Amino acid sequence: MSEAAKKSRPEFRNINALKDLPRYRWPMASLVSGAHRISGLLLVLLLPLILYLLEKSLTSEISFEYFKGFTSTWFVKLLILVVAWGYLQHFCSGIRHLIMDTHVGLDKDSARKSAASVFAVTLALTALVALKLFGVL
Amino acid sequence: MANNNIGPKRLVVGAHYGLRDWLAQRMTAIVMAVYTLILLTTFLTGSNFSYEGWAGMFAQQWFKIATFVAFLSLFYHAWVGMREILMDYAKPAGFRLSLQVATIVWLVGCAGWAAQILWRA
Repeated sequence: MSEAAKKSRPEFRNINALKDLPRYRWPMASLVSGAHRISGLLLVLLLPLILYLLEKSLTSEISFEYFKGFTSTWFVKLLILVVAWGYLQHFCSGIRHLIMDTHVGLDKDSARKSAASVFAVTLALTALVALKLFGVL
Repeated sequence: MANNNIGPKRLVVGAHYGLRDWLAQRMTAIVMAVYTLILLTTFLTGSNFSYEGWAGMFAQQWFKIATFVAFLSLFYHAWVGMREILMDYAKPAGFRLSLQVATIVWLVGCAGWAAQILWRA
């Protein structure tokens, strides 16, 4: 490789999340990868909310009524929508991971296409959940 | 052979550290995906969302166990994933170690809570 070509390629070692991540070029496939991490982190952080909802919905009829009231406020609905997005995004990109593990769709073109479909499917399903949550559907 | 592998000469690859996590991540993912499908089909084929229907679903022992297995998979899966994220971005090592410990405490706590929710009298 010539010296000039070598210099023009940035190297990323010892990643600094704040300095390096914004400087990355983000093609479709790496956006899916990033979204997989963000949605996973979000779901871990929101675990207590999920468990709290499960607890309230299961403990008794009284707590079930409380659950219904609790989930009828817009802020909680928004949090549930975030959980739904995180789950769907993580689920869809996870399925993509599993398929690619079998050496299917590894070339650049199909990887970009499958990444785009992950976003398309996730956003469509999330929109469906949003419509259901906010009572349009 | 036995003793030249210690200290700075320790071989950090080839011991299947990565493979074990990789495989566990896939297996736990499949368990959770299957559980998601079970939950969705049981829920959607049942009657409309009422306490009797919902709590009745979770009253069956097999469903409690399936749910708990899915939760345990989730916690293991979350640990591998969080560790991956922390190894990439959390520096210096002391800070990373604290966050890893916090993650373990967080996940073990949630596991205990999940068990309590499922098997409360």
